[in-house]
Amino acid sequence: MRIDEYKCVACGNCIPVCPVGAIYIDPAIGRARVNQAECVECHACYRGMSKEHLFPPMVRGIRRVAKGLRFRFDPEPDICPTDALTPQALTWPRIVRRAFSDPQVPHESTGIHGRGTAEVKTNDVTGRVKEGEAGFVIEFGRPGLGAWFREIQEMTQALAALGVEFEKKNPVTSLMTDQVRGLIREDILGEKVLSAIVELKTGLEQVPTVLRTIRGVSRRLETVVAVGVSTRCDEQGQDRLRALLEAEGYPAYRGKTNLGLGHATVDVRAAGRRWAGPRPSEASL
Amino acid sequence: MTNTLHRFSEHYAFEPKPNPAPVEDDFIVFAMATRGVNDDGLVDKYRTFARLALAHNPVNVGDATKGGIYRPQPALNPLAHWKRDDRPDPERLIEDIEGHTVVAAVFSRWEDMEAFVEDVVQADLGLSVNISAPIDAAARCCKASGLTRHSLEYSLGFQGRVERLPDRAVLEISTMCGHGMVSHTFVKKMVDWVKEGRRTPAQAARYMARFCVCGVFNTVRAEKLFEQARTRGA
Ligand code: SF4
Ligand code: SF4
Repeated sequence: MRIDEYKCVACGNCIPVCPVGAIYIDPAIGRARVNQAECVECHACYRGMSKEHLFPPMVRGIRRVAKGLRFRFDPEPDICPTDALTPQALTWPRIVRRAFSDPQVPHESTGIHGRGTAEVKTNDVTGRVKEGEAGFVIEFGRPGLGAWFREIQEMTQALAALGVEFEKKNPVTSLMTDQVRGLIREDILGEKVLSAIVELKTGLEQVPTVLRTIRGVSRRLETVVAVGVSTRCDEQGQDRLRALLEAEGYPAYRGKTNLGLGHATVDVRAAGRRWAGPRPSEASL
Repeated sequence: MTNTLHRFSEHYAFEPKPNPAPVEDDFIVFAMATRGVNDDGLVDKYRTFARLALAHNPVNVGDATKGGIYRPQPALNPLAHWKRDDRPDPERLIEDIEGHTVVAAVFSRWEDMEAFVEDVVQADLGLSVNISAPIDAAARCCKASGLTRHSLEYSLGFQGRVERLPDRAVLEISTMCGHGMVSHTFVKKMVDWVKEGRRTPAQAARYMARFCVCGVFNTVRAEKLFEQARTRGA
């Protein structure tokens, strides 16, 4: 993100809105600026703020007069008065930041649309996670800290050493150069993103080992890690996962429950299509 | 990002209190199609889902590609600073649904959520439907609606450098946008404004909701949390 120097009136509204604190007022120019090293290109400032399209010199004049008169004006805190926030064209490798940080763009930089798979959200029609299996979604950087790919690689290497299989349709997996060793492409290791998700599937019996590994690596990172673990219920709607999680000291309190209401309504042969699987961009909830 | 899974509450406190009260005011139900399996007539199915939700007092409804019923406005005029129209716009939400997305509805009362789920079962849309909430509350809803749970995904909360995170009140509000679009600093600023009497908790909650691109931010819960922060300190 960039801020148009002519348009910006240094009202400061955008500063607290940035999830990673990348915006500041530069006293040398009397305008807001974006710290490009920290900005993760999430577009929260650009998309989330409402806009006025006021004439910048006029706003500056009014602000000067108000300041001189010590007049306290209480403006709406989520408006950029001059529409000064300006998205920039991104090239590789920086474009990766946006793909992982802005929930409304497809993952074109990774060759995969969306930021994860549908996990168990569509398990009633895809059967992706079966009884006796556990699906892991390990998220980095959220909430509000962001993560560097170098840190994510520390985790993928440790998990790869356990012999886990990474989910193929996941954007982080698509950026790996060596899935057996959990290595991510060198040229993006210095890129920072608001959040990235590593996904894998194991047997239920491996759950404690995977959880302990995640916990151990998390302690060495500079960011936070949020873990989700999923499973298929049995015919009575019961699961064996909860007890495993609680035995490891995790609160199995909140989560998603797939109600099993999904079923095929498309006659695939009649429609002459092949099922392409869920597009992960449709799967971000 | 797995957007509704990790909503912070005291159950995830890093030093948990012995028996935190269960969260009784935050239930999300969302629908999702799979390409080529149940995506015929998808726009109508999603609109039906959203309309059914609107009949049961949702506090927010959202389309993951377009936003919720509270959205930023691209062209305001300065009068907004004195008299802003911040009412939700459910009709625009329904109108704007145009294809593959995830449609979600947020409820602050279990009874509303349960009544909505009953309607969704009746409508038989063929879409995958999930409840994102405390697991036991969802289980109770399944039982009441005669459903057998198909699959579960547990949130294990946050680990790693949790000491870099802000305090509980801020986290409880900010994590209601699971994509991280609601900044901690913005929540802190609004807590201060509410304390100073410059904004009401309801106004502060609506500022936050505009940043949540999927419309899963619970404005009623946020309002309560702002109010608590105002009176108890945060
Ligand atoms: S909100 Fe707009 S005018 Fe105000 S400081 Fe930010 S970019 Fe400048
Ligand atoms: S794009 Fe995101 S990270 Fe960059 S300045 Fe805007 S809000 Fe901050």
